[in-house]
Amino acid sequence: MMDTIFALASARGKAGVAVIRLSGPAAFDAVQSLVGPLPEPRRASLRKLRYGGQVLDDALVILFESGASFTGEACAELQLHGGVATVRAVLSALGQNSGMRIAEPGEFTRRALENGRLDLTQVEGLADLIDAETEAQRRQAVAVMSGDLAKRADSWRSDLIRAAALIEATIDFSDEDVPSDVSAEVLTLIEGVIARIQKELIGAGAAERIRDGFEVAIVGAPNVGKSTLLNALAGREAAITSEIAGTTRDVIEVRMDIGGLAVTFLDTAGLRETQDSIEKIGVTRALERARAADLRLFLRAGEEELPLEPKIGDLVVYGKADLRQEGRNAVSGLTGAGLELLTAKIEAVLSERVAGSSLVIRERHRQALLEAVSHLQAAKEELRSGRAIELTAVEVRSAVLSLEMMIGRVGVEDLLGEIFSRFCIGK
Amino acid sequence: MKHFDVIIIGGGHAGTEAAAASARMGARTALVTLRKDALGVMSCNPAIGGLGKGHLVREIDALDGIMAQAADRAGIQFRLLNRRKGPAVQGPRAQADRKLYREAIQAILAAEPNLTIIEGEVVSLILDGGHFAGVTLGDGSVVKATAGVLTAGTFLNGIIHVGNVRTPGGRVGDAPSIKLADQLKDVGLLGGRLKTGTPPRLDGTTIDWSRTESQPGDDDPALFSFLNVKPFVRQIACGVTHTNERTHAIIRENLHKSAMYGGHIEGVGPRYCPSIEDKVVRFADKTSHQIFLEPEGLDDSTIYPNGISSSLPVDVQEDYVRSIVGLEQVRIIQPAYAIEYDFFDPRALTQMLMTRHSEGLFFAGQINGTTGYEEAAAQGMVAGLNAAALAIGKDQISFSRADSYIGVMIDDLTNQGVTEPYRMFTSRAEFRLSLRADNADQRLTPMGLKIGCVRDQRAELFQRKLEALLAGRALFEASVHGPRELQSIGINVNLDGGKRNVLRLLAVAGVTRAHVDQLVPQAADLDPAIRTQIENDALYHQYLERQQKDVLAMRREEQAIIPPDLVYVGMPGLSGELAGKLQRRRPETLAQAAKIEGMTPAALALILAHINKAKRAAAV
Repeated sequence: MMDTIFALASARGKAGVAVIRLSGPAAFDAVQSLVGPLPEPRRASLRKLRYGGQVLDDALVILFESGASFTGEACAELQLHGGVATVRAVLSALGQNSGMRIAEPGEFTRRALENGRLDLTQVEGLADLIDAETEAQRRQAVAVMSGDLAKRADSWRSDLIRAAALIEATIDFSDEDVPSDVSAEVLTLIEGVIARIQKELIGAGAAERIRDGFEVAIVGAPNVGKSTLLNALAGREAAITSEIAGTTRDVIEVRMDIGGLAVTFLDTAGLRETQDSIEKIGVTRALERARAADLRLFLRAGEEELPLEPKIGDLVVYGKADLRQEGRNAVSGLTGAGLELLTAKIEAVLSERVAGSSLVIRERHRQALLEAVSHLQAAKEELRSGRAIELTAVEVRSAVLSLEMMIGRVGVEDLLGEIFSRFCIGK
Repeated sequence: MKHFDVIIIGGGHAGTEAAAASARMGARTALVTLRKDALGVMSCNPAIGGLGKGHLVREIDALDGIMAQAADRAGIQFRLLNRRKGPAVQGPRAQADRKLYREAIQAILAAEPNLTIIEGEVVSLILDGGHFAGVTLGDGSVVKATAGVLTAGTFLNGIIHVGNVRTPGGRVGDAPSIKLADQLKDVGLLGGRLKTGTPPRLDGTTIDWSRTESQPGDDDPALFSFLNVKPFVRQIACGVTHTNERTHAIIRENLHKSAMYGGHIEGVGPRYCPSIEDKVVRFADKTSHQIFLEPEGLDDSTIYPNGISSSLPVDVQEDYVRSIVGLEQVRIIQPAYAIEYDFFDPRALTQMLMTRHSEGLFFAGQINGTTGYEEAAAQGMVAGLNAAALAIGKDQISFSRADSYIGVMIDDLTNQGVTEPYRMFTSRAEFRLSLRADNADQRLTPMGLKIGCVRDQRAELFQRKLEALLAGRALFEASVHGPRELQSIGINVNLDGGKRNVLRLLAVAGVTRAHVDQLVPQAADLDPAIRTQIENDALYHQYLERQQKDVLAMRREEQAIIPPDLVYVGMPGLSGELAGKLQRRRPETLAQAAKIEGMTPAALALILAHINKAKRAAAV
């Protein structure tokens, strides 16, 4: 018999509402032990939670029958008033019921997977949805969870199965009425799929950025106001600021939401030749991180020389706008002048990159697609060489397998089905 | 009363192969057949082998079976299919003289000292408390045995259809087995109906051969048996002609009279062997289909027109056949017919083809939902070997997808079952590059030697071949050359300074035998078959390494043993349908579970979780 699991589903700590979720065969019984007569499934009802003669809370109770719930098992949700003590009391009361235990991390999702409610990519999408901090992350997670990636992989797979069927028909039915040379059609199919996977792979970088966030490095000479700018963006004193050049040594990170995108700003040591060995390390590190960042924000005092050149798409602004005559293209962390325009520019640059993003958000997906493409390239080579058609077949099969591994599925009957619907086999 | 170790019921391709295998194992074996003179009858087309099928025949031969020997003796036209493609997908095929084939099978069986042939009809099986114990014959006599192999072919409730005329029969001229079919249903074996069909048989003396094309055999014939090198009898050519629009119009007009299209047949037919009615309906845009005119024997004028099986009434058959070029005056000797028969769900069998219901009762051949002589004989081999092993107390013998087409077929049948008559194709074998017709002996003869079904003559020959292969490989491996030398004789390699041995060079595209002869002068002295074998292995070498990894992954899944007492019904997370299937099928391993249709990754994860849980519990 499977255990019934329960856990606090909302974030820990004080909040307006806290949600406790239960899943498993004893879920309804456990709820009944606290609230008495149960409400109809899928209908929110206000009930008093009682335990040991004490009222614990007034809560909204919702039941989901097995087969019609997120995990596929009987589920219940208790929406409590969010006090820490209330939550603790209800959790401990639930734990008194036999067959009940606190869920392990991810166990609700795992049960949903085990019960066939989600496929592998959907589970990954769900995990991302729960972790989504920003609007762009949420949209992406929803697209993956609704199976868009699986749908695309399906369409590539069906083209490859068609290609494999053409090849297999010339192998297994060569003494029948089938075309003897199918290489042109096979090549078209393979090249089409390569092109579509590659497009998805190019967007994969941006997709990963949506998931993990962008890095924007603030770089410039010492004492041009980088740390002050960072603090102004963050709205708090994240970095120490002073009149002394070279105050910032290490890289300081601040994570923010810019127009729905997760962005980590990096404040770095001012770039200059120095004899101070610790500052030297800071400068090296600043250069490394700046080069690796998605976007560099150059903060300049004048036309000073820097050991780092802006790349295409990087932003260059002048610092300490409060001390300047001319306010164009200048910002001041101190007064906030030009800040709004700067964040708008950053948002515009990053949003443009996001526009080309794909659904390939996991390294696992990327690896599987890379593998599929390399098999397909090999298939093309074999086909061109005309050496042995069965080797082309092996490569196409391996590519199909890579796609199936990505979405978690396997089948040879599909292939035969395709052959028999296309060719009149049987002499 | 007679008592045997093993009794084989049925004398078709499955039965004769099973009987010979059991006898070679040293088991006292009886073969019960309706008619002694019908042993080894080819009731459908007069040909053996083909793609996938030819592989099976070579594997049977590697285990010292009889099909390859009989086919070689009866072969009147040998063709290696896919000769221009790679060796992994080449399949030997032969037209066989029906009479010679029958005679060869009967002679081989007659020479088998451990085999007794009994003429009679088996009316019931003696199943004693879950054990097979023998059979009762039509005359009331009883033959006892420890194990039995049922190879009933199309005889179980067989019904022959010609138009709307239905005749009970196992094949034309033979009565069906109805009592036996009823008994099997009564003991609760689940089955279904399948259908298959044959074309009309034509009188070759009434065909205008000047108007048909001719298809000769290969100049250098490839035989089935590793023991034979050249054909035994005179070789002939087949004819080729085509249907035309008038043929198709006649069939379309009379479609409602066809047993298939008139709704008289409930059984499912094979998609790869459609009737001419099917072809005309499903591929309406094709204006012509090819027909092979296959002679049935050297001194027999009967022609088997391969490609126009049908269940239309006799008069319509005459009309459409005579609309075909060369057949305008043809006389039909025996009309085409469709036959419907019972089969039993092979998912109820173990990997040894033994029924789970009765210990000692094995099923082989068409009764398991397959089609084809070769598929039947290969199952006969598996069932015959295992029935003998069980009866005389030896270990059971199993085949795997990684070692043979036999293993692929058994695995497909017992895990996935059938929805149409099952036929072998090379595309069913995921390890196709290593499961070749040319290396069947190296894959299976060592196993045959170990279990004791291979006799001395083959054992010696095989040993000599292995030594020759080893010596040949060593010769090529020892011949090492620098890139400049290779380029100087026209082999395109990088000038990277790296030396290469000739064995590795064989895998390089563009390296020819002439190149190799220049590098290794002694290569010309190698036995051509040995040399070809070494080249084939080299061609696929790098792919074989990759496949080896897949094989290992598969073995891991095969080794994930599911606890036999696992209860699926009511297991949370399993759909009722899937739970029912698992409960019925009782997969022994995760690999088997994965093959059940409708299986989801989630359900597999769940089963794996239970396997691990059981392991943890066992460890405590």
